[in-house]
Amino acid sequence: MLRFSDAFAPSAVRVTSRAALAVSALVFVGSSAMAAAGSAHDSVLTILIRWAPLLLSGFLFNLLISVLSMAVGTLAGIPLGMMQLSSLRPLARLGYYLTQFFRNAPWLVLLFICVMLLPFEFRVAGLRIPFPDWVKAVVGFSLPAMANVSEILRGAVLSVPTGQWESAESLGFNRRQTMFQIILPQCIKRMLPPWMNLYSLITMSTVTASVVGVSEMLTMTAQVHAAEGSRPELLAPLYSFAMLCFFVYAYPIGKWTEYLERKYQVKD
Amino acid sequence: MQVIYDWFLAFYERTGINLSFIYDNFDRARIIKGFWLTIELSVITIALSIVVGVIGAWLKGARSGWVRHSVDAFISIFRNTPPLVQIYFFYFGLGFMLPRVMDPISGTMAPMVTNFQWAVLSLSLFAGAFNIEIFRSGMEAVPRAMVEAADSLGYTRSQIYWHVVLPLAFRNCLPALGNNLVNLVKTTNLAYAIAVPEMMYAAKQIWSDSSNVREMMIFLLFAYVFLVAILVYGLNWLERALRIPGYGQMGGR
Repeated sequence: MLRFSDAFAPSAVRVTSRAALAVSALVFVGSSAMAAAGSAHDSVLTILIRWAPLLLSGFLFNLLISVLSMAVGTLAGIPLGMMQLSSLRPLARLGYYLTQFFRNAPWLVLLFICVMLLPFEFRVAGLRIPFPDWVKAVVGFSLPAMANVSEILRGAVLSVPTGQWESAESLGFNRRQTMFQIILPQCIKRMLPPWMNLYSLITMSTVTASVVGVSEMLTMTAQVHAAEGSRPELLAPLYSFAMLCFFVYAYPIGKWTEYLERKYQVKD
Repeated sequence: MQVIYDWFLAFYERTGINLSFIYDNFDRARIIKGFWLTIELSVITIALSIVVGVIGAWLKGARSGWVRHSVDAFISIFRNTPPLVQIYFFYFGLGFMLPRVMDPISGTMAPMVTNFQWAVLSLSLFAGAFNIEIFRSGMEAVPRAMVEAADSLGYTRSQIYWHVVLPLAFRNCLPALGNNLVNLVKTTNLAYAIAVPEMMYAAKQIWSDSSNVREMMIFLLFAYVFLVAILVYGLNWLERALRIPGYGQMGGR
């Protein structure tokens, strides 16, 4: 079976790029489209400035969804990861299959399932808890997040040298104590870079919520385009703006992840 | 076959579980077409993304700083922006700028690049950006001594590249490459957003007509898990088949 940790091996993520160059490329595409815009209408820049507050509030909504999904996914993924590592054979198998299933299912399908099949409200003892689309989307994103966190935890625990387990045992620690007092504290450092990578992926996928009708940034972008008379030459700059927002947010995270990877790299 | 179709129709009448994509001829044709289109999309994008990866990894070793930095910029743009926005940008943004051409079959004006081709292009570039990094790290993991040994045996630079570095690098990066390709297959359903009639799109059409969302969703999940399982199985087989005794982590076993 292919392991998650392979894709996020330290050496695999080493982008030594110049942010300025990348951003200027994006701006170039945007401005070239600007040149194509007719003079009878407002310029693309005017339109972008006019709608920037709305678009950015949509982007903030994306970030909210991503943070909530990651929080729920982590809280659910850690017990699932522990389940995979359980010494009880059936429990470990169940954890393994759950993890593999949610890791290998496409995110868009999971999102569709959550949005279409979850009820729009829950009734608990006469109390009505509304369950709007964006909350369902959070559930939809936290399922794959959960499975990936579970796999990250498993990979991290397995990467701790067996000597640690053996010395803990010889010091009279039982399995539970070894896990919680010796192994897991060492895992936090190892888990942080792949966990941040996963967060980046979740953030990127939050835009797919627009496909199921959550009014996040891409939905807003389409509405802005319609409000400006659906001129086709506006599409390239509007989508470049969306790309730029995500780039500005994700690039520093990626750089920081690389830095942490280098810092925590286990020397052979 | 008719017996099976009838059984599923009776099954629907008895239990209310509407597997219309099995018993209904029209729905079945749609889902089969979508299934094959998903496979086609996956195979083409996998091939193209590997090509992008190999060329990009080669260009990253170029002497010119401009070439190296352009490749880096390409990688960081495609890694740090959402793939769905990339697809929209290509299809809506760039698609508009291209001229429309006469379609020889229907005789009407059609876009020069179809939505399927845009999906292939943007998904290949997206996955290719990841592949460049993967190939690059695979090449870096080839021991320096191997290259020196080949050099001392009189291999030329290109011979070293093709006969020593590349075969070993490919083995090094297979696990990471496999992971990325699995992700790519799962990402192909984003083509749904620009109305490429792949499996997800076909399923959506069917559940709109027959209002059997639950059944179609479960079918979709299992269909994708099935496709991914085939790919993972193939990659594991490839990894075993290419194993060199005594080299790499798995080599000893």
